[in-house]
Amino acid sequence: MHEEILLDVKNLSKSFILSRSVGDVIHGRHPQVDAVSDISFTLKRGETIGVVGESGCGKTTLGRMLLKLIEPTSGSIDFGGEDLASLDRDSELAFRRRAQLVFQNPFDALNPHFTIRRSIYEPLVNTRVPENQHDQMVADVLIRVQMDRMLHLLDSYPHQLSGGQLQRVVLARALVLNPEFIVADEPVSMLDVSVRAGILNVLREVRDTMGLAAVFISHDLALVRYVCERTITMYMGSVVEDGPTRDVINRPLHPYTRALVQAVPVPNVAQSHEPLALTGNLPDARNPPPGCRFSDRCPLAEDICRQSRPPLRTAEPNRRVACFMVPEMVAETG
Amino acid sequence: MLLSVKDLKIQYKTRKGIVHAVDGISFDVPEGKVVGIVGESGCGKTTAVRSLLRVMPPVASYAGGEINFDGSDILKLSEREMNKLRWRDIAYIPQSAMNALDPVWRVGDQIIEVLTKRGGFKKAKAKLRAEELFEMVGLEQKRLRDYPHQFSGGMRQRASIALALALSPRLAIADEPVTALDVIIQRQVLDTFSRLQREFGLSVVLVTHDISVVAYVCDYVVVMYAGKIVEKGPVKDVLSSPSHAYTIGLYNAFPELSADEERELSPIEGGPPQLLNPPEGCRFRDRCPFAQEICKQEPVEVQVGPEHFSLCHRAHEAAEMREKARDPAVWRGVVTA
Repeated sequence: MHEEILLDVKNLSKSFILSRSVGDVIHGRHPQVDAVSDISFTLKRGETIGVVGESGCGKTTLGRMLLKLIEPTSGSIDFGGEDLASLDRDSELAFRRRAQLVFQNPFDALNPHFTIRRSIYEPLVNTRVPENQHDQMVADVLIRVQMDRMLHLLDSYPHQLSGGQLQRVVLARALVLNPEFIVADEPVSMLDVSVRAGILNVLREVRDTMGLAAVFISHDLALVRYVCERTITMYMGSVVEDGPTRDVINRPLHPYTRALVQAVPVPNVAQSHEPLALTGNLPDARNPPPGCRFSDRCPLAEDICRQSRPPLRTAEPNRRVACFMVPEMVAETG
Repeated sequence: MLLSVKDLKIQYKTRKGIVHAVDGISFDVPEGKVVGIVGESGCGKTTAVRSLLRVMPPVASYAGGEINFDGSDILKLSEREMNKLRWRDIAYIPQSAMNALDPVWRVGDQIIEVLTKRGGFKKAKAKLRAEELFEMVGLEQKRLRDYPHQFSGGMRQRASIALALALSPRLAIADEPVTALDVIIQRQVLDTFSRLQREFGLSVVLVTHDISVVAYVCDYVVVMYAGKIVEKGPVKDVLSSPSHAYTIGLYNAFPELSADEERELSPIEGGPPQLLNPPEGCRFRDRCPFAQEICKQEPVEVQVGPEHFSLCHRAHEAAEMREKARDPAVWRGVVTA
């Protein structure tokens, strides 16, 4: 249904330079952390893609680069045919209209001195949308985030609203410009379960009605599957698995994705208490293990995993995985 | 019974009047069991559990009730006796591990301080005990020399569990211990609790807003809403047959990994009521799709199973409510504000 590619990410990497200790200076070391290394994927118009992984795996850094909020160290991002790195001022302003960020913590994302009304109108002012369109666009977006019955809140200040209401305002602010693309960075992790469902439903609705392309960042696969058709698993800055969400959850290929699926608790007493199929903690990012970065926690690791890094390869139609232990493409049966 | 809370009331004095943050709650914590307290933010969970340690902000005060710990009423103890109880018998694990640990001290030294100052340990023995504690929560012993900022979020949370357990308390009170953690670390921390319960007979009061966490580690669950307990009982009974509309709502709002992906989630619209002037009758009434005329009257606790209680006028119709509540349309448009 949506075939046109909106976002084309090629070999994207980001390294952060760390401050050098005296020892580093003496030994001529330049410590750095590869937050994101060599990520490539494409996002079609209207497609939603989930990015899952533990804290510190580079999900947020990736999301910020896609919105040109941090510059990549290397690699390229192509948005609707234009290279993000070489936008001039006018096209950058246009890009800011077309791509938006939904923040994780609604309690921090809004200016406490602004009324809700001002916060929602602000993007329209900042991107110089003609003033006579403002009211209509705001009215439209309030319906979309299901706030049209809460108009009296517009003249309140953020501290007077509940978490769920605030997150709707944050969504409204991101959607008011009718963007083609949004990055939602853990949009519900700060909210109570009872109001989470409302926000997830809004996200699903705008996905279906606005034809919005979205990158949904979360550590919880149970949330991702409600909104995303496709899911990417990240581990220490790299993509380890990529495929249709349903397949990734029902039949994960990479051992790390398997552990992520297993770790999601369910509201049922009869759940498995099997120990997680993964050991230890996330390794020090300054000093990643050689070979496959997951090798020191992986239950399946063999010698080859500790020697060289597995490439991200096509394991099945529409599915990519970076693991030596996953057999070469097998013909689908049934 | 290790801990038994009876009709506990706590109020806050504010400029606008008195807020009944905890309004007559009763629950028990048996020896060696994990009891979960669930509910939305602002329903009094944190106030309730902090009061068990008599750690409360100055504007808060006890307005009635008893807290019996191991036979004695905590509210009647002198501050000195109470202080003896803290750490040694009842330990507290706060929500944000960053607040539990002092950023300018090595983690190991903080544990040793508790052991020597509070537990009367000699320095050398305290060091051994600190190593033992780190092992217990699954941290490497060499990390005792690190500062809190050198730890990841999950490690910090486990370090603060080690700190709380330093003097082998009989009861640990954990306030949202896994809320800020990602799923893998959450699982590891919850497994740590289960193991400590199994191996050392630790009793735990665990506050969370996530019913899946309750399902994973708890033996009993207490559901709080607007300062009251609306349902309580053994976890398997409460989750398999929730008998209060609020509990049913929480269950339906939960995104489940194994459920049908086209299933629409049903949020509970609106938010908890103001506790300054709580509404008469059932406090969940204006968000409840099953509210009737009778709900304007104060509900009384009814027993719906062995050890299983509900504070709902329609608890006897719970099976029917559960069936109807599956349809998301039932939850839509209940709140008209």
